[in-house]
Amino acid sequence: MIVTRALTKRFGRITAVHEVDLNVREGDRYGLLGPNGSGKTTLVRMILGLVYATSGEIEVMGQPIPRRTNEVLREVGALVEGPGAYAHLSGRANLTFLDASGPGGGGSRKARRLRVEEALTRAGLSGVDDRPVKTYSLGMRQRLGLAAALLHQPRLLVLDEPTNGLDPQGIREIRDLLEELNANGTTIFLCSHLLSEVEQLCTRVGVMDRGHLVLEEEMSQVRSPTGRVVVHTPDADRAVALLDGGVEHRDGARLLVRTADAAELNARLVREGLRIDEIHVQRRSLEDVVLEATGPGSDRLDAEPAEPAELDGPGVHVDGVRKVETRPSASTGTGTGTSLSPGSEPDAWQGTSREFLE
Amino acid sequence: MIVTELAKLVRRPRTWVSLALLCGLPAIVAIFLGVTEVAPPPGEGPTFLSAVLSNGSLYPAAALAMVLPLFLPVSVAVVGGDSIAGEAGSGMLRYLLLRPVGRTRLLVAKLIALTAYVMLAVVAVAATSYAIGVAIFGTEPASALAGSELITSVSGTGLSDVQVALRITYTVLYIGFSMLGVGALALFLSTFTDSPLAAALGALAALVTSQVLVTLDAAASVQPYLLTRYWLAWVDFFRDPILWRDIERGLALQAVYVGVLLAASWANFATRDVTS
Repeated sequence: MIVTRALTKRFGRITAVHEVDLNVREGDRYGLLGPNGSGKTTLVRMILGLVYATSGEIEVMGQPIPRRTNEVLREVGALVEGPGAYAHLSGRANLTFLDASGPGGGGSRKARRLRVEEALTRAGLSGVDDRPVKTYSLGMRQRLGLAAALLHQPRLLVLDEPTNGLDPQGIREIRDLLEELNANGTTIFLCSHLLSEVEQLCTRVGVMDRGHLVLEEEMSQVRSPTGRVVVHTPDADRAVALLDGGVEHRDGARLLVRTADAAELNARLVREGLRIDEIHVQRRSLEDVVLEATGPGSDRLDAEPAEPAELDGPGVHVDGVRKVETRPSASTGTGTGTSLSPGSEPDAWQGTSREFLE
Repeated sequence: MIVTELAKLVRRPRTWVSLALLCGLPAIVAIFLGVTEVAPPPGEGPTFLSAVLSNGSLYPAAALAMVLPLFLPVSVAVVGGDSIAGEAGSGMLRYLLLRPVGRTRLLVAKLIALTAYVMLAVVAVAATSYAIGVAIFGTEPASALAGSELITSVSGTGLSDVQVALRITYTVLYIGFSMLGVGALALFLSTFTDSPLAAALGALAALVTSQVLVTLDAAASVQPYLLTRYWLAWVDFFRDPILWRDIERGLALQAVYVGVLLAASWANFATRDVTS
């Protein structure tokens, strides 16, 4: 659906995107992650023909960009860096204008109105009145942007930070909407710095860091088990003695046991009369994988280059994932993997993802 | 796209406010003249004003002379400067291009909307001032045209109402075309920046420079090529017979400006990164 080869964009001396080979397949729900300033938006703009590449190739739906941009864009819906609207017009008037501006905007008056109404309904704005957009809340504007992207039943949806400004219910709603669209055959290319958004929606994930695409993998691969099991037990001392060296790490009642088979471990502990509060296979979390692959975002400006370990903040165990890939830090492996390290200091990036999870 | 651009223009409050202001100035002047009946002495004050007291049907020409130096170009520069930069500022430029509206197409639509605005403005000024002029000053034969020797060489020959109407129409078209030069300049600058204000100010800066140089003898060598050099040539429409020389040069010069600036706008906009 989207293929780029050695795609590079330089703005003056700054290389915003460096030799990126992206591959989004038809039917994917692709999530592009990366810290602020890692080149996500520039990449998206190049794919959509807004920004011209310095070198490299882009193909969208098999057509070269920017040579065939206008043909390709007919089947693309996009939300790039926040919605845009004429502030003195109502949301409905904005969509009507946008609809009439391009190809496929024809049809009878009724057909055009229906199209606009349907897009508004999908984005959850069907009840909106004739107030001008300047009175809209951030969330309403975001929904209007989504409605504009959905106006012509696109085959490919390119969404840059689609849930910006939405409340948790709104985020959930949009996720459901995107899943439904995807089930009906729309490929979704989503760009976000919110880990939770990508983790919950996407089937494939790419990670950008300082202009490079440092990772591109299936979500199932990313979320693979680490070969350890997390056990919470009030009888932790007995468990450590019993397992004899199988415990890699202990944090009060919480043990990290090296074994791939949680069921077998559970049976064994219970057989010995130990009480178990909680037991589950430890998986790599998307956060671990992403933080491991990326440096600090460009909005963090330290006087000295930040040491990677500094990002952990207090409370994260020293054998963090960033250093040893195969040994995720104990404190980040709780739950089913979606939760974030409880003790980590929220930096610019983690902080935002936390809000939506907690 | 062209239709939607025109619709945008029509639905924009600013369009009507600026038109009201443009038409308001001649109206205010007319009221003062009508009440006091004190006309500026011939050769002083705005062009034609001394002549209109006896015949209101010439008032459109006087009104256009009033708004031409500053008011009209300012509003045209604002609208022209807004064309691309304004879309960028509201965040709509990228969505229009993604819709997709081709860049060339968008530029053409903007140009047409701009032309429509210019013509609308000039016609509105002429029409309202005609109505006001006739209402306040009445219509007598236009033979009193020799109000200012500087601008009319009419040797006492009277112009019939039809002739006056025709010549005012010529004037409207000529001034409209002259304004298109400013509009094209603002449009050109508008493709460079995301700030409509910057584009409008840039166009006005060029305009003021040109107007200063036109009056400067030391700049005589460049004067024939200045944007505003032949703006006042429309006065020649009111000579008898019409003196075409400067009018023709003015039209040719404006055509060159418009052509070059539009080509440059297109070259820039079609190859530019849209990062707004």
